[in-house]
Amino acid sequence: MNEGRTPPRRIDADAIPRLKPHVRLQFSEARSAWIVQAPERVLMPDDIALAVLQRCDGVASVAAIVTALASAYDAPPSEVEGDVVELLQDLAEKGIIADARD
Amino acid sequence: MPEIEAPLAILAELTHRCPLQCPYCSNPLELERARQELETDEWLRILDEAAALGVLQVHFSGGEPMARRDLEALVAHAAAVGLYTNLITSGVMLDDRRAAALAAAGLDHVQISFQDVDDAEGDRIAGYKDAQRQKREAARRVRGAGLPLTVNAVVHRQNLARLAEMIELAVELDAARIEVAHVQYYGWALRNRAALLPSRAQLDAATAIVEEARERLRGRLVIDYVVPDYHAALPKACMGGWGRRFLNVTPSGHVLPCHAAETLPGFDFPSVREASLAAIWRSSDAFNRFRGTSWMQEPCRNCERREIDWGGCRCQAFALTGDINATDPVCGKVADRTILEAAVRESAAPPPPLIYRRIGGEQPVRPATVVPTAG
Ligand code: SF4
Ligand code: SF4
Repeated sequence: MNEGRTPPRRIDADAIPRLKPHVRLQFSEARSAWIVQAPERVLMPDDIALAVLQRCDGVASVAAIVTALASAYDAPPSEVEGDVVELLQDLAEKGIIADARD
Repeated sequence: MPEIEAPLAILAELTHRCPLQCPYCSNPLELERARQELETDEWLRILDEAAALGVLQVHFSGGEPMARRDLEALVAHAAAVGLYTNLITSGVMLDDRRAAALAAAGLDHVQISFQDVDDAEGDRIAGYKDAQRQKREAARRVRGAGLPLTVNAVVHRQNLARLAEMIELAVELDAARIEVAHVQYYGWALRNRAALLPSRAQLDAATAIVEEARERLRGRLVIDYVVPDYHAALPKACMGGWGRRFLNVTPSGHVLPCHAAETLPGFDFPSVREASLAAIWRSSDAFNRFRGTSWMQEPCRNCERREIDWGGCRCQAFALTGDINATDPVCGKVADRTILEAAVRESAAPPPPLIYRRIGGEQPVRPATVVPTAG
């Protein structure tokens, strides 16, 4: 792991997203909602963001996540891909996810 | 009365004891003594109540929270009840043994404050010999223990010239994040304002450094930056709004909507020794006092930003105007600029024109929302 050292690649279809260490997806009983806990931040994902984050396991590629979501939501993969890449790039820049290839 | 949401985070001020003497410390001028501090089992109960109330994160702070020997036990308990645990420390008490013990207890994140990059200057501001070197060592121990690190660089007119090096220090220490925190002028810092408040020119230079570094270090180092209120055109949503996101428990167990709230007159802040956290959050007079907008006077009352910045900081409004219901005087919509101008002049800096500052609260992210959990 070389976080903080070399510039990470941009998220693309081959990227393998994972939650960064010490970021966790957690169900809050008191709030009856999924939340992402990160250093001095919380993130309240909407349904789509949650579906993406739940698949960021450090194994599945972005392409595989897109395929799974497209069939789950019955949407064209080309549209889904744009949204997923944009979301993950944003989360990468905010220190929530990383590319397991980096 | 607006619907009361659960707080996001609790700032647990375990103690006011600290070996350092920073002239901008956010602790009250009237420091609480060790014998007034809550017992371990009282803190354990607070953590249970916080989790049940829907609190997500706990920031262990002080003073120096590591001055409490039960810190590891409190971290372990907080982790067990599902809270995300953050340690806000000066670092000078963080030796190998305690770094390992804290990591083993389930600590999630550490924030270490830095007074400078220069050893002599850092030690001078901290009022503590060898502080700067010990902080760097502490940062390495934190990373060595596998914990993520935030460098909190507290900046003011006496160290802003070295801001670029402070950002480099964060990279060198393998921090994931640096918070470039301009001193906020309450408590001790208000006393020292003339010595600390930067000029507008210094501030602009600092902002340019941050913008350049953000671009260059994108994806490697997150840089959080908040400009000092006195140079802002719009006030910040202090603590995300009174009684909306945060609660603060003092070493002796008083519960406050923000760490500086005890500077406000006419309040009887409830104690965890007398009521539950939930009752205090939902129904105490102190927490309901400035919730919503019905308490506001003009120009806030009819302002389109009233639910964005909630009228600014109550402590600042009181400190500068003597009226706790006043609009935060840093707001450009306050017709009478004399208060702010006098404050800036008094600080020995020429009164600068106001510049826009980003509201420190919510940052919209599509399609999720990231919410900071530290004030
Ligand atoms: S290290 Fe923190 S608590 Fe200690 S004096 Fe400095 S600002 Fe205050
Ligand atoms: S008038 Fe009040 S609500 Fe409007 S921007 Fe100023 S402080 Fe905020």
